Parts: sequence; C-alpha cells; structure tokens
Amino acid sequence: MEGNLNLTLKIWRQKNASVAGKFETYQVSGISTDMSFLEMIDVLNNRLIEEGDDPVAFDHDCREGICGMCSMYINGRPHGPNRGVTTCQLHMRSFQDGETITVEPWRASAFPVIKDLVVNRSAFDRIIAAGGFVSINTGNAQDANSLPIPKEDADDAFAAAACIGCGACVAACKNASAMLFTSAKISQLALLPQGKVEASKRAEAMVAQMDEEGFGACSNTGACEAECPKGISLENIARMNREYFSATFSSK
Amino acid sequence: MTKLDAKIPGGNLADKWTTFKSSVSLVNPSNKRSLEIIVVGSGLAGASAAASLAELGYKVKVFCFQDSPRRAHSIAAQGGINAAKNYQNDGDSVYRLFYDTIKGGDYRAREANVHRLAEVSGSIIDQCVAQGVPFAREYGGLLSNRSFGGTQVQRTFYAAGQTGQQLLLGAYSSLQRQVGMGNVKMYTRHEMLDVVTIDGKARGIIARDSVTGALERHFGHAVLLCTGGYGNVFYLSTNAMGSNVTAAWKAHKKGAFFANPCYTQIHPTCIPVSGDHQSKLTLMSESLRNDGRIWVPKKENDTRKANEIPEDERDYYLERRYPAFGNLVPRDIASRAAKERCDAGFGVGASKMAVYLDYAAAIIRYGKGEANKHNMHNPSDEEIQAMGKAVVKEKYGNLFDMYKQITGEDPYQVPMRIYPAVHYTMGGLWVDYNLMTTVPGLYALGEANFSDHGANRLGASALMQGLADGYFVIPYTIGAYLAAEIRTPAMSTDTPDFDAAEKAVRDRLETLMNIKGNKPVDYFHKRLGKIMWDECGMARSAEGLKASIKEIQALQKEFWSDVKIPGEIDNLNPELEKAGRVADFLELGELMCVDALDRDESCGGHFRTEFQTEDGEALRDDQNYAYVAAWEYEKQSKFKLHKEELKYENIKIAQRSYK
Repeated sequence: MEGNLNLTLKIWRQKNASVAGKFETYQVSGISTDMSFLEMIDVLNNRLIEEGDDPVAFDHDCREGICGMCSMYINGRPHGPNRGVTTCQLHMRSFQDGETITVEPWRASAFPVIKDLVVNRSAFDRIIAAGGFVSINTGNAQDANSLPIPKEDADDAFAAAACIGCGACVAACKNASAMLFTSAKISQLALLPQGKVEASKRAEAMVAQMDEEGFGACSNTGACEAECPKGISLENIARMNREYFSATFSSK
Repeated sequence: MTKLDAKIPGGNLADKWTTFKSSVSLVNPSNKRSLEIIVVGSGLAGASAAASLAELGYKVKVFCFQDSPRRAHSIAAQGGINAAKNYQNDGDSVYRLFYDTIKGGDYRAREANVHRLAEVSGSIIDQCVAQGVPFAREYGGLLSNRSFGGTQVQRTFYAAGQTGQQLLLGAYSSLQRQVGMGNVKMYTRHEMLDVVTIDGKARGIIARDSVTGALERHFGHAVLLCTGGYGNVFYLSTNAMGSNVTAAWKAHKKGAFFANPCYTQIHPTCIPVSGDHQSKLTLMSESLRNDGRIWVPKKENDTRKANEIPEDERDYYLERRYPAFGNLVPRDIASRAAKERCDAGFGVGASKMAVYLDYAAAIIRYGKGEANKHNMHNPSDEEIQAMGKAVVKEKYGNLFDMYKQITGEDPYQVPMRIYPAVHYTMGGLWVDYNLMTTVPGLYALGEANFSDHGANRLGASALMQGLADGYFVIPYTIGAYLAAEIRTPAMSTDTPDFDAAEKAVRDRLETLMNIKGNKPVDYFHKRLGKIMWDECGMARSAEGLKASIKEIQALQKEFWSDVKIPGEIDNLNPELEKAGRVADFLELGELMCVDALDRDESCGGHFRTEFQTEDGEALRDDQNYAYVAAWEYEKQSKFKLHKEELKYENIKIAQRSYK
C-alpha cells in the first residue's frame, strides 16, 4: 500500500475480435496519487495474475506521452479528464478517493478491438502509406541550408507534425472521423516547400484512403481538437480541405 | 583464440570510407529484385535502412512488436542530432566531431567507424530536411543549432524537445512510402524469437504474431537487427516498456559475439523515482543543461525549500569541479557527480536522492535579452520574468509540461529535482566495419551494435548513429555480402533448419506457460533490476560483481521454476511476451557482470570503485584494456572472451579532462 485512494474500476473486457465484450468491475485500494493511470492498472493486473485471472490487455510503450500507443477511453473521454495529456501521463492525483472510473477501448469501426482495451489502428499506417511523405529517395537531398524556410512556416509545420497518431481524435468524434489525423500530415507537408510539389496529389490520395478505411465525415464539432493530447489544431482540417478542393477542381 | 577481423579498409583515416565506397562490390538492379532482406525493428536504424534498401530495389520485410512502426522508442529522443555542418562558423569539422566522439567515449571506440559516422553526419541533416522534418529555424529561415554535453561547438540540430519524434516520423514516412509501393512488407505486432542459420549463414527468422500467437517462418538472404538497446535489464530505465534484448540475445546464442555489454549510460537528468509502483523513468533532455544550472545545498541535510536557500549557500558542484565545461560535462561525469553529492548527504527532495536543475537564472537572462530586443529600457521584474518564461517555453516547453504532469510541481516556479537513470547501452552485438556480426549475413545497426560510442555516448549522437547506419552505411556495406549471394535463390522455409528453429521456439514458450508458479514476471524483473542497479550501475566493484553473478544465477533458477504466466499461448498475451524478454535479460545481466568484472579499469560509463584517481575521476588502463571485449556464448553461464585491440593512429590517447 503506497497511497490512500480506493477506487472502483469498470473495465471493458473482450477476449478477442470475434466475441462480444462486457464491463467487469474491480476494486483497487492503496493507490498513490503519484502513480500514473497505467501504473494503477499494473497494480490491478499483478493482483489478477496472482489470483489466477487474465490481466487486462492494454496498449502502452514509452509511458512518456510521445509514442502514441496508449489509448484508453476514461470516463467518456479519450486519455481521461485532463487536457493535453496521454493516458500514460495522466496521474492518479487527478482522481478522488472512492471514485468509480469507467475504462473502454477506442470506439470506432475502423479501429476494431483486438482484446480488452487493445484496438487495431493500422488504418492510420495505410493512410500515411497512401501519400503522407515527400517522394525523395535517400541520397537525393541538397544541402539543408540551401532552402531557407520562414520560421513561422517551420513552426506551423512542426505544430502539425507533433501528432502522435494515437487515434484520440477518432475516438472523440461522434462520426469516428480521421480528419484531424489526416489533415495534420497533409498540412505539415503542404506548409513546407519540400512538400508543396506533390501537395495536391497527396491530399487526394490520403483522403481517398481515409474514406476507404471507413472513417466518418467531419461535422466541425471540434471534439477532436479538444481531446487531442498534442493540441493539433482544427486549422489543419481547413488547410486540408483547401488542398483537397484545389486538387479535385484542377484534376483532369 | 579466434582473431576478430573488423575488416577496416586500409589507407588514411579520412580516405577509408571514400575508398571503400568506390571499391565495394555492387549488385545490379535486376539481381537486387531477387534478393530478400529482413529488417527487425522499425526505429531510426530499422526504418531508415528498410526504406533505403527498398528504394535500391531489394525486397524487404520489416518486423516490429508495436502496433505501428512509428511507435519505436527512437520516437522519445528529445534533445537533438549532431552533425558536423559548421553552419555556426564556430570551428566545427568532421575531424572535431570524430575527435569529440572518441574522447567522449573515453577512448574505447573504433576510430574508422567513428570517422565514417562524422563524415556522413551532414548528409543526414540534408536527407531529413528533404523529407520535411521541421527542424527549428532562425528568423532568417536557416537551421538553428544548440550546444550539447562534451563539445565546445554548437552542432546539434533539433525540433523543440521532440527531435527523435520528428526524425522517426521522417524515416517512417519514407518506409510507408515503400510499403505503399509494395517494396516493403510490414509485419506489426510481430516479435522475432530466433534467427535461423543454415550452413553457418543467417537465412531467416522465426517470429510470433502477438495477436494470434502463431509462429511464422521468414526467409531472408540477410537479416538486419535494428532492435535497440537493453537498458531495461535494470527494470527502471528511460526505455519504453517493450524495449528488450531478445532479438540480440537470440542472435548471440546463435553465434553472434556480444561486445562490451557492461558499457551502460546512466543519464544525469531524469525525474527521480517516486515510489515502488514506478514502472519507468522519464528523461529530462540533456539540452536542459544548456541553460539550467545544477546545484545542491552547501549544508548537509538541508531541509529548506529550494527558493529559501540563498545564492551563497548553494553548491553548483559541476561548475565548481569542471570550470571549462561546467554544466555541460559528458553524461557519465555529470551522473557520478550527482551520485557523489547525494551519497555524501547533500541530496534534496523527500528521498534525498535528487539534485536541483534550476532555470531561475536563465529566465532572467532571456527576459533581459527580450527586453533589449524590444527596446524596453526599464523593464519591471515581472516583465522580465514573463518574457524569460516565454523564451524558455518555446525552447523546452514540452519538457517542462512533462515534468509538471509527472511530479505535480511547476518547474517555471521551483527548480526541477533530477537524478541519474539508465538511458542507453553503448555495448551491443559486435560488428565489423560493414556492420556484420560474427554470423555471416546477420547485421546489427543502431543502438543494437556496439561500435561508435566507446564507453560513453555523447548527447545527440544516438540519433546520428541510428540514421547513419540505416541511410548511409548499410546500403553500401551490404553489397559486400550480397554480391556473392546473387546465385542463391530464395529458399523455402520448409526445411529441417527452419523446423528445428521453430520447434525450439515453441518448446520454450510451452515450457514458460507450463511452469505455473506463484510470482508474476514483474517480480523477477524488479529483483534483477535491483541487483543490476546496485552492483552493475554507476559504481561497480569486484566483490559486488562476483556476488551478483551468483545471485543472478539463483534468480534464473527461481524464475524457471516459479514464474506465473496467465492467459493462453495462442492469444494476445503480454505477460508471455514479457516473460520471454525477462528470461533473456536474466542471462544478459549475468554477462554484463562478467564483463564488468573482467575489465579491471574505469572508463566512461564503467566505473570500478577500485580504479579511480585521487579526485574521484575514472582511471583507465590503456596498457591492458584498450580492447573491445567480444563475448562468445558457449553454454548457459559460460562465455568466452575474444579481444579486438583498439588502435589509435590519429588521436593521441590521453586522460579525459573537462576541467
């Protein structure tokens, strides 16, 4: 016992993609406010193992908010109650003693559940493979400083490039739209001269792949921006639409 | 004793790589199409290698245990990437980067490899910018640089505190482009569990699909391990939870020598441990030492709050001990100095195992600078504070936010508390100049190999090495091997060698599942970590190491009789994955202690308490230990030492001094 939080957890358990899941309720006690949310789940899991039960499967890796692997939907919000934070950086000081916490996987048909809280986000990789790059082979580059880029453009591109591909935007959206994710990459590259060359083609290809994956449409609600742990801006969607429409108007 | 042949090309140091590139065998484009390469790991080294090799026309398969190649732990690198561009006109050159790296590594790295690294460093920046990596820029539109430990020039390129993320996403985008074109086949949520060798050559791997538990066989004319370091042997480290030694260790047991396993980097600036629940440690980038000042109270056991301790009662011990480099001494030195102060009773915070990293002075300095820029002649203290904080926020904002999230304290108001933590492993699979291990056809790139950082890595050099190996070294050096393989057709995996390898993997997984003991995997991992941290961490002694070897052997036995793994073998089972990794860490930990015990000297990150100067600095023994220790696996707990002598023909070997 390291702390004094006693909590009730309602966690989504699902053995695999082909069976139905349901909520299970667990009690945890003696939780320290210095623990991260995932460390609290570690405590639960080690107890489940000792009791002979299957621990809760969840995705996680870096535990410092940058790899984008953790993905829990906590009390109805992706990555929990705090703004600008991934689940691994959410700490138990954000919860009250006696609280009931509901934990679900990302909910989106394009992100099917693999087990418990683990979902398949490979659709994002396919969107990037469709066009989220500059078509340059290794060895082709000119000297890095031969291409001055206004600081403002570089800063804006960086802000868009900070996306960690966690999928919170999709999970937060009532339509499970992937517009924020897709637009962040399209924006980053369209803002930079290196990426401008194929900006139209890129927008068309990535949007087509996004649609094919079964993500929903954008209705400008802004939940994605509000829940994004990296503060990716809705402006990116506007920029993407600009690129996309100019591409479709001009394409033959 | 077998002689290790590093295959270093002849000629002057500065010409070796150029000569090599002009004379190495080439593989013509049509032959490339029928040669298959397996890349394990998708971090900077793996993603850059896979993309570049696929661009050349090879057929590439990439494996990663995460759900996407973009998650690899390179993503978490913060501070920056070095390159000898000399854009700052401050006297940098390929030679100086080479020299700093060799010296920083405490004269235990291979000259030819390090020089090549310095030579290609500039091309890496060019390549990344061309991919659209948004590096920090100045108002004139050109790239910005910052300083890093162990150097006196500004050669570090960066993207806020997220440089690793941006570089990895650049390499990932190149990789995904090749995936989209059908030149790379990507296997996510797959873990490599063995290397398959046929007639002494690496010919493929056995991988487990983590979702279904199915074992798969994959053939390759060559296998590249880009699987990172093994810092998680210490349980607590700055590595990601999944970072592991398994791929490298399996290769080791199949004949690849493991070099300098005891060379571990303990990073000086990490957020201190807060309790037994702690699952990992978080780095605060070395770039923070640019502007932050490190101190402890002058008074022992001082219980006052940091802001209540007056200036003249603070001991800026790095500035005191190392006036030339101050807060920017290399990592091994800064870490030991922090430990020294805490052990002596001057530590701060609840645990007393922390020192302060203070931004108060930098905030005022930047604030005054901004006031000058904006022609404000009599700025108030509040204005200076506000403007100074804005500058600090732009440079290090994400790090400050992270600190606040984890500790609940605001580092803009109070100094950060930091303490050293395991961060990087310089040791790894032994490779020759071509990055090939002692198993023909099996390569190791990036942190997984041993070659470039000696006994201590300089900050911002890991990203440089990972990308150098992947973008600019392996595409050339692999030709030396594959040119002789063009007559080898792709092999069926339905052969006795693949049968045997798969059966061994299956047997081991079943054995683990059937132990049905009493303790979860973490229990053993934590115990191993404690032994390693106490006896093979920042300070090591012969006595402690000997005892640790016995303790680890006992722990291995206990693990194999008492570990408890829930769930099924044919379903997603994170505990089973973890168990396999910890079983390998238990064997590696033993070898690390064996290596540390063999090396009767102190160098870089390896500090033996018996070997130190009067003022507590590492005392090298160049007469007897200027070699790479390459260990051959003979059988359980039995390792044979092979030595690669290190020759310094271009650098005068000296005692490292940063004073």
